[in-house]
Amino acid sequence: MSGGDEAGRLVRPFALTGGRTRPSRADFTLITTVTTVDPPPERAARPQPEHARILRLCARPVAVAELAARLDLPVSVVVIMLCDLLEAGLITARPPRPVTATGDLDLDLLQKVRDGLGRI
Amino acid sequence: MAGSDPTDGTVAAPDTVKILIAGGFGVGKTTMVGSVSEIAPLRTEEPLTVAGLDIDDLKGIEEKRSTTVALDFGRITIADDLVLYLFGTPGQQRFWFMWNDLAIGALGAVVLVDVRRPESSFAAIDFFERRSIPFVVGVNGFHGLHPYPAEEIRESLALPADVPVLLCDARERESCRDVLIALIDRLIADVEPRPSPAR
Ligand SMILES: Nc1nc2c(ncn2[C@@H]2O[C@H](COP(=O)(O)OP(=O)(O)O)[C@@H](O)[C@H]2O)c(=O)[nH]1
Ligand SMILES: [Mg+2]
Repeated sequence: MSGGDEAGRLVRPFALTGGRTRPSRADFTLITTVTTVDPPPERAARPQPEHARILRLCARPVAVAELAARLDLPVSVVVIMLCDLLEAGLITARPPRPVTATGDLDLDLLQKVRDGLGRI
Repeated sequence: MAGSDPTDGTVAAPDTVKILIAGGFGVGKTTMVGSVSEIAPLRTEEPLTVAGLDIDDLKGIEEKRSTTVALDFGRITIADDLVLYLFGTPGQQRFWFMWNDLAIGALGAVVLVDVRRPESSFAAIDFFERRSIPFVVGVNGFHGLHPYPAEEIRESLALPADVPVLLCDARERESCRDVLIALIDRLIADVEPRPSPAR
């Protein structure tokens, strides 16, 4: 996608995504938790190095934002790679707890957060 | 938890929730995140052009190439199956389009106010008021000084009575924790009197 000789920091990460800049699906928010499927599906192709790195990092559940920070890549780039991994059945994605701004919050959840904060 | 997952060795993922830490530039957002987070604050940088524009608009915009919006965040493990993330919002107004994305799915927000220049957080207060996102105000007394009582600050910020105003110190874990608890208490108070939410 860059014809120039000096690929800037914007362009370079998208080399990892085959030039795509939009995820193929909208499963990933900043706090969606990603976990590597263990064992991987039998027919899974050998992952590319960056994909393999993600799979190693997500052996334990990791939120998308945290994954991006650890990979030192923009969230938008990481999400595109995660879409590939999800489609290949190599990861699972757990969406955040749904929260609406209109008083629809779950009291048990709030109480649990409050109790947890009280312990720190 | 990961009960719907058929595979055996896959580690069960926790539920996640988030709270935004907002306010003007330099009010102590990153400091607050670091004070309560169980990990050193992490940072991601999003190329501004990618975050804000369509990629087709990028071609030829050389000078924008290295402009990024940094996002600081931290984590508090509430329980084995619940993790709270705290996101410091980007301070500069031109990055506010990112706030919209950030605000989606947030429990609520803390607006930090620098007691010496409260006007730097007006825009943040406005943002959450307009969207009816619950928030509390934490007044960060730099050097631990709090020259004004909370009620005086509430008045000068023209805050409604149901917005808690707390004097705090962004460098102190317990002080920041209390601000977060005040937000949760406000959320609980909003929920409790309504057995079946109107909408
Ligand atoms: N003395 C003092 N310095 C503070 C306090 N809170 C933040 N700072 C400092 O103020 C500067 C800006 O804080 P920072 O958290 O980066 O602000 P942000 O832009 O809102 O993220 C940093 O150098 C902090 O160390 C405080 O309560 N007292
Ligand atoms: Mg900051």
